[in-house]
Amino acid sequence: MLTPLHKRLLNDYQRDFPLSPTPYQDIALELGVSEEDVIDAFVELDEQDVITRIGPVIPPNRIGVSTLAAIAVPETELEAVAQIISAYPEVNHNYEREHRFNLWFVVIAADAQHLAQVLADIEQQTGYPVMSLPLMEDYFIDLSFKLDLHDD
Amino acid sequence: MIDTLDQRLLSAIQQGLPMSPRPYAELGAQIGLSESEVLARLTALKQDGLIKRLGVIVKHRQLGYRANAMVVWDIPDEQVQHIGQMISRLEFVNLCYRRPRHGATWPYNLFCMIHGKSKETVLQQLALLEQACHTQAFPKQVLFSRRCFKQRGAIYTKSEPATAHG
Repeated sequence: MLTPLHKRLLNDYQRDFPLSPTPYQDIALELGVSEEDVIDAFVELDEQDVITRIGPVIPPNRIGVSTLAAIAVPETELEAVAQIISAYPEVNHNYEREHRFNLWFVVIAADAQHLAQVLADIEQQTGYPVMSLPLMEDYFIDLSFKLDLHDD
Repeated sequence: MIDTLDQRLLSAIQQGLPMSPRPYAELGAQIGLSESEVLARLTALKQDGLIKRLGVIVKHRQLGYRANAMVVWDIPDEQVQHIGQMISRLEFVNLCYRRPRHGATWPYNLFCMIHGKSKETVLQQLALLEQACHTQAFPKQVLFSRRCFKQRGAIYTKSEPATAHG
């Protein structure tokens, strides 16, 4: 269950997390609770698996290189192919989507050469061609996400 | 380019900020930096845009946002930037990127992501988007997600930096 404090923490601290020696104390002062309450609530959110972590979001291609890749796989082989792809440490998202191109994954690497090697290796391991669609332009400024946390 | 210490700092903080009273001091101790150096470097990384945001990274699916659509359009090159900027201003849009077309099999060059609590709400939001941004006339596809096989967020290691979303 999410308490009102959980909801404030989820919605109000996706960006501009305090960069001070005692960020949880700063948040506690803003919300009128104790530092211990704030830390406990974050630990609970982590245990309930509703947050990945408190951390940075780094824009694509500022450090290293990445691409969004897709592959069209027969339904019967999808699970096996997905597992081959997910096993690469360079793959950080891997989703089934409703389309002929039914598996979509993000590949990240330190440089272009390594990225190309991983894509070629995936083609060889799976036996299917990979469509690579690297980012050309990012139109989005703010990656935080306004959550509607009313119970429904 | 960022230096080695910044890379180590990013690798460390991407494991998650410790949930304890002096988290930046703890991070620093892992990599041999003082608390004030950690804070100064993170502030600079944010100012330089190498950190797009710093904060809570939520799991949408676990919070009831189970419908996730990747919407793609084929927009003429001379209009794609203008339309991409308009789309990215809509509150319910999470990501909006231009990507290369891939021949006749994939003629789409503009991508956006919409998360919603149901397919119906996502499709309603898409209808609003199309009206607001005048994209109705362009070819498009809506790809709802089914299974999630892997979602690690972006974890960086020294040899393997990562990104928000490809």
